[in-house]
Order: sequence, then structure tokens, then C-alpha cells
Amino acid sequence: MRVRGGSRQGISMADEASIDTLGVTGEGVRRRDFINIAAVSFAGVGGAAVILPLVSQMAPSADVLAQSSTEIDISAIQTGQAIKAVFRKQPVFIRNLKPEEIASADQVDATSLRDPQTLEERTKVGKTNWLITMGVCTHLGCVPLGAGEGEVKGEFGGYFCPCHGSHYDTAGRIRKGPAPKNLEVPEYSFISDTVVKIG
Amino acid sequence: MSFPWANEYKPGNGLTQWLDEKLPLPRFVYNAVGAGYPVPRNLNYMWNFGVLAGFCLVLQIVTGVVLAMHYAANAGVAFDSVEHIMRDVNWGWMMRYAHANGASAFFVVVYLHIFRGFFYSSYKAPREMIWLLGVTIFLLMMATAFMGYVLPWGQMSFWGAKVITGLFGAIPLVGEPIQIWLLGGFAPDNAALNRFFSLHFLLPFVIAGVIILHIWALHIPGSSNPTGVEVKTESDTVPFHPYYTAKDGFGLGIFLLIYCAILFFAPNALGHPDNYIPANPLSTPAHIVPEWYFYPFYAILRAFTYDFFFIPAKLMGVLAMFGSILVWFFLPWLDTSPVRSGHYRPLFRKFFWFGLIPTMAVLFYCGGAPAAEPYVMISQVASIYYFAHFLIILPLVSSIEKPEPLPFSITEGVLGKDESAVLNAHPAAA
Repeated sequence: MRVRGGSRQGISMADEASIDTLGVTGEGVRRRDFINIAAVSFAGVGGAAVILPLVSQMAPSADVLAQSSTEIDISAIQTGQAIKAVFRKQPVFIRNLKPEEIASADQVDATSLRDPQTLEERTKVGKTNWLITMGVCTHLGCVPLGAGEGEVKGEFGGYFCPCHGSHYDTAGRIRKGPAPKNLEVPEYSFISDTVVKIG
Repeated sequence: MSFPWANEYKPGNGLTQWLDEKLPLPRFVYNAVGAGYPVPRNLNYMWNFGVLAGFCLVLQIVTGVVLAMHYAANAGVAFDSVEHIMRDVNWGWMMRYAHANGASAFFVVVYLHIFRGFFYSSYKAPREMIWLLGVTIFLLMMATAFMGYVLPWGQMSFWGAKVITGLFGAIPLVGEPIQIWLLGGFAPDNAALNRFFSLHFLLPFVIAGVIILHIWALHIPGSSNPTGVEVKTESDTVPFHPYYTAKDGFGLGIFLLIYCAILFFAPNALGHPDNYIPANPLSTPAHIVPEWYFYPFYAILRAFTYDFFFIPAKLMGVLAMFGSILVWFFLPWLDTSPVRSGHYRPLFRKFFWFGLIPTMAVLFYCGGAPAAEPYVMISQVASIYYFAHFLIILPLVSSIEKPEPLPFSITEGVLGKDESAVLNAHPAAA
């Protein structure tokens, strides 16, 4: 029955009632139910889709990501010295280990450590003397001491975090204190004997 | 919504009558904080701190909006723009000191407000919703204060941001991506500073919204009172205005005396000198601490130094720190005693004054101390008591305690059962 247009005058009570039952199928579902569900679902999916850009805009932007690799010349670092470089706006320690420091790291039974790793696993093959780690304590993110000239190196001769007293050894492994993990080894590769690319 | 004997708003002149018909805002205010809101007659000065907290929010919004007119949220110039406010902007030093110390003042009054709630069990039925909204406000305040402290971009700002966002890094699996997402980078930088500024500006208005809900929920059962006995008759109440507007006004005067004394004579007493050093991502200050109002929770965070079964110590500390506030949400159901006021609960009272209060003081002290022995061990003991107080002692005390007899009514609590007191209270009836 069509009720579109024209005056409603002359529609009987019985006709009024039949408007509600327009297009009812056998299961008692009206056409209007379909429109309701379709419209609300579409609006719901559309609303949910807006969340994606709103959440994603908070992730690191392209320029921040663009700084996520850095090349460093290590030719000037003498044996026993270390430098602080910057990678992703965070300090990186690049350390040229002395033979005795390598020896003392190798002496330890790695399986007995909190975060079991050997020096070999933490360095590149044939470049065991180059210990490259993030200068970020794995406890709460402070910068440990030990890379600079004359800084405290902690009980194990590596790094010492002054914030909450974490001691790292000459392989940058956590040995004492609250930090849960070894100093993170970032992704890096030797471009040549004197240039290392981090990230 | 209110007691049947509440005064009714009567527009005084043609204008207010016109307004009352179009938008009854004066009527709303009259019923909310005017003569139309009957309040128990026996409120003591501990009931001042809600109004004082509201005042502090307004103070923070006004000074904050002013500071935002001169501040630049860019990692390159943020520190200098704060010094520009301090040295070059007319009255800038006062606005900034008022804002920084205003945050401290806000936390002082809110802590007193919360501990008033603890002692008088303000969280009990029918006022659970008021309490839940109040804890929500406190969490929002903590987030706002933390982000505000990052804005000057000094050493404490930077390292505070790093440590606090690092807490999210403790979450297993998704922690690190969440931390990077929150910061918009791998360490606090421009992206983090900008979003903290944006949110620091927004959240106070969210807080204002939740405060409106807090007061709305309060006006349904009406204010609690020091006896914990519900209002029974009209003689138990007085109108909010002028009785409590006057009492709150006096309290506000005292508050302002203390606030101004600190603001003008010791504006840096509550701050850290390290925050006058520009942020340096390559050098950590030897002793990182948050602002004083976070000390107790910071102490709980650092108290966890051992792995707990499969949960690493770091995650455990984070869970405990958040848990120490989230446990407040469950207070209405942990404290099952039918008696509200600590005045009539001998055992509860002992644990409040000699258990909870000293524990908070110890945690406060340890939170500001270096993370070394004996402070770590002391905060471990205090943290254990803190959680035991809410989760074990309160339910236990509620079930074994024999409360002291309650007065029949608020009026009786104030005037006593004494016949002559009753007569004096109602001279007309004599």
C-alpha cells in the first residue's frame, strides 16, 4: 500500500495499522529494520575508522624515523677508550675493548647471568673488541657512567648507572642492581673498518 | 534531589524572573551552593577542602591560560621561553610561581580531602559514586601535573618524562611499542613535548567536567558529616549559604595566607634545582625524583627489587604503583562496617592514626630519598603495610570491631541528650 504524497485524509484506522507492517517478511522483519541496521552499522564502522588516523598520528613521524640510522667514524677510538654517539636521540656507547677486558668478559659463565649472553653474541665476528651498546640503562632509562674519560665504571669494569645502582660488565651485561636486561645492542653493521652504521 | 525543607529559589526582580523562565541558571546555583542546599549543621573544618580544591583548579586554569600565552612548546625553545616568562614578561615570574606552587597547593588540599574521606568513610553507601568520581579526578590530576612538569624542559622534566613513560615499557610484549607511541619517538623530544602541552591544557577542563559530576552525585544524598549519622529532620541542617559559604570563606583566607607565604617568600622550596638546567638527553641527573606530591607512589614503585614468580621486578613495581591508587576504587566494598565516622570506631581509628598515616609519611620520606639502603627496605615494609591496610586490615576490622554508640541524630550529636540543650535549641517550644 502506498501512503507517499497526498493528504492523509481518508486513511482509515485499518490503513494506519498497515503502515507499520509495510514490507514485513515471513519472519516479522520489516524493510525499515534493514535500513536501521545498515545505517547504524555504516556509521559505526565509519566512526571506528576515524580512530585509526587519530591513534596513528601519535606514532613517530617520518622525520623522526628518518633519523633512525646514523654513521659513525670509529677510527679515532684507541684501545680502552669509548665514545658516546647519538642514535635516535639516545646515547650509544662505542667502546674499543682492551684484551684484558675481553678476557674478563669471557671468563664468566654466561648461563649464570641474569640475561645470559656471551661477548661473542653481543659483538660482530672478528670485531669482538668493538662493543656497541645503547647508553640507556634497562631499568628506568638513565644514562650509565663509564664511557667518558675518568667516569666510574662500576664493580665489573663496564658501566655503572648512578640512578639506582645497576652495574654492567665489560660486555655491557647486567651483573648487579635492579636492571632486568643487558644494555641493548642496537642493529649495526661495519661499512668499512673505520665506519659503523647504526640502525 | 534535596531535602523537602530546602529553601526554594524566588527571583528577586523582573530580570531574574525573566532569566529563571528562559535559563534557570541562578536557580541552579542557588540549589547547588546557595541557600537552597541544606547541609548538616555539624561540619568541621575538614569539610573545607572540597571548596578549596575547586578554588585551586580555578587558580591553575587562570594562571595556566596566562602562561600559555607566553610559553612555546618546542624542544628547542621551551626552556628559554620559560626563562623569558620569568625575566621579561610583566608579572611573568608571579604567574609561573603561582602556577607551580598552585599545583602543590592543589595536591595538599586534595590529599586532606581524600584523607577526610578515609577517616569519616565518606565513600560508604549511598556515596560510592561520589568517591569513585573523586578517585578519577585524582588520577586525572596526577596525569595533568606530570605533563605540566615536563613543559619547562629542564633536566628533571626530561628525565621525569623518560622514567614515567618508561613505566609503560615494563608491560610485557607491547610495552616498548606503547612507549614509542606515547612519546612519538624513541626518547622524549619535540613530539612528546607538544602532545604533553596539548593534553596539559585539555585535562583541567576534563577535570572540571568530572568535578561537576562529583558535585551532582554529592547533591543526591547530600553531604556527609562528622557523626556519620544521616540527616533526619530539618533541625539537623542549615542552608549552605550563608553558613558554609562563611565557613569556607574563612578557610580560604587561612589557605591563601599559607599559599602566599610560600609563593612570595619561598617559591622554589618545593621544586628541584636540577630543573633550572636545560634538558640534556646525554646526561642523567644523579638523583631523579618526581615532585613531592608523587613521593609515596614513587617509593612504592621503587620498593620492588625482586622478581615475583614470573613477573619481573620492574613490571611488579609499575603494577604496585598503579594498584596503590586503584585500590581506593574498591574501598566502599572493602570497608563493610555499617558505622561511617572514625569517631565511633575505636579499632579503625587506631589503625588510621597509627597505621595508615605513619605509613604514608614513611613512604613520602622514602620516595624523596635516594634509591639505596636502608630506604629501599623501609619502603618495602611500608608498601606491604599500605596494601595490607586496605586489603586485609579494613575488612577484618570491620568484621571484629564493636563500634561505640552513635548519637540518635546529628542534632543530638551536636547538642547532647541534655534536656536543657534541647530546650535551648528550640526556645519557641519551651
